[in-house]
Amino acid sequence: MRIVVDLNRCLGYAQCVPLAPDVLRLQGEEALAYDPNPDDSERQRVLRAAASCPVQAIIVELDPPADRTTK
Amino acid sequence: MTTASLVSDLVTSFKTTARLVIVGASLAGLRAAEALRDEGFTGSLTLIGDEVHEPYDRPPLSKQVLKGWVPAGNTKLPRMRAVDADWRLGVAAIGLDRANREVLLANGEKVPYDRLLIATGVRSRQWFNPDEAKLAGLFTLRTCDDAAKLQEALQAKPGRVLIIGAGFIGSEMASVCRDLGLEVTVAERSTAPLVGALGGVIGDIAAKMQRDAGVDLRTNVSVEALEGDAGGHVRRARLSDGTALDVDVVVASLGSIRNIEWLDGAQLAAGFWGVACDAGCRAFDINGVVTDTIFVAGDIARAPHVLYEYQFLSIEHVDAAVLAAQTAAHNMVNLETNRRPHLPLPQFWSAQFGVNIKGVGVCSFGDEIVFTQGSPEDHRFVAAYGRKGRIVAAVTFNHGKWLDYYAAMIERSAPFPPPPPGYDLPTNAEPMPARFRDPREPTGLPDVVLTGHDPTSRGAEFRPKRPKSGDPNS
Repeated sequence: MRIVVDLNRCLGYAQCVPLAPDVLRLQGEEALAYDPNPDDSERQRVLRAAASCPVQAIIVELDPPADRTTK
Repeated sequence: MTTASLVSDLVTSFKTTARLVIVGASLAGLRAAEALRDEGFTGSLTLIGDEVHEPYDRPPLSKQVLKGWVPAGNTKLPRMRAVDADWRLGVAAIGLDRANREVLLANGEKVPYDRLLIATGVRSRQWFNPDEAKLAGLFTLRTCDDAAKLQEALQAKPGRVLIIGAGFIGSEMASVCRDLGLEVTVAERSTAPLVGALGGVIGDIAAKMQRDAGVDLRTNVSVEALEGDAGGHVRRARLSDGTALDVDVVVASLGSIRNIEWLDGAQLAAGFWGVACDAGCRAFDINGVVTDTIFVAGDIARAPHVLYEYQFLSIEHVDAAVLAAQTAAHNMVNLETNRRPHLPLPQFWSAQFGVNIKGVGVCSFGDEIVFTQGSPEDHRFVAAYGRKGRIVAAVTFNHGKWLDYYAAMIERSAPFPPPPPGYDLPTNAEPMPARFRDPREPTGLPDVVLTGHDPTSRGAEFRPKRPKSGDPNS
């Protein structure tokens, strides 16, 4: 699956980190690092993490559009 | 039939039958394509990109990718919707024929357009000596292919890495090297890291962060020559202070060059700082006359901004690319009474040495700086930049939650120094010179630049058409 975190919007609340720790990590006090193309097995955790974000900075590709052919 | 309904019919018809072409298939190109479909455009849409890869996210390349956590090919951008476009990837545009409204491709094909979006972005500046540039072990970082090669070289545990240029990306790479336990030297021509973007006061703090983390930071020094071994691998760097360094990996982080060469002969206002356009993303021609069919978005765009004395602003930031793409898309399929301006407040972030650096506004437009919150000694603070008694920008180190407070003040040109928030005050809250360098002195190019008032006088140059291989007209 594919995600992108809007790091201008992200304020480092880190609510998402414990919900999907293999995809979203905090580096230092407030810098978020993420795996942009996590394994599909992370899907439920990523969706929960995205929903938990107080500023809704995590953009998730819910269903790949029909014209996107590559994995 | 009334004029209004006639015009409305024209717009509707255009949205179903027009041929729209986007040159540049990265972030701005993709988001523009999606926005065009969101606008109800159902006609023919073509995306042309010189990289074979589908659009991917670049900021992770200098961070989680180099660190080895995320593979270089795994930063592909999520799609917001289907775009149903004709993707022409791996084939560069090499010319623009405005008279016949055609984009010329490197494979000899011509792609006709009714409206064109220029989003060809920038590339990394290569090492200045072409013989030395062929050395193995010398890298630049812009594309995911660049990142894959550099990550592999860092994985091999080189004895010493030399990073030339301490802008944001150079500093982020130095941070990753230290995280990986690698010895790293950073050579910067200016007095400190990040000086071009943030000035000398903040640069001194960035320098301390690097040295505290174990980076061998050399300032006021340039790299004059690179020497290779018998196998053609870089092994030694000669610095302008007379010293020499034994190195195994060298990364030239020398800023970017706008990809304007394919527009030679098209007589657009294109030059060093990009292609000039109005606030509605419409390109100017070389005489400063706005065009009707050509739009510009992303790193290559240069547009006047109301907050900065209407000077043309060049921005190499992710959010500016996305917002300009959406504005350009909207304006491409609407007539003048429905057009929108693209007037972003520049925003950026950088993660390095465990510190989250965020900023808003154009820092280098200011000449004074004041710490307003936190503690510079602990790398947790907010600083505001001022010019003529008005706040023009702010930067935070591990204090990002406060950025919107300052953004709102910048948007209304509030007084400088700004009123203190009432607690968390720094020990020194007096304004001081921000210490930006004289623009004539050599330093890294900042990624936001004010480039003057005229679409054509500053940076734009007359670029006659030159014969090119593969160009059927030559």
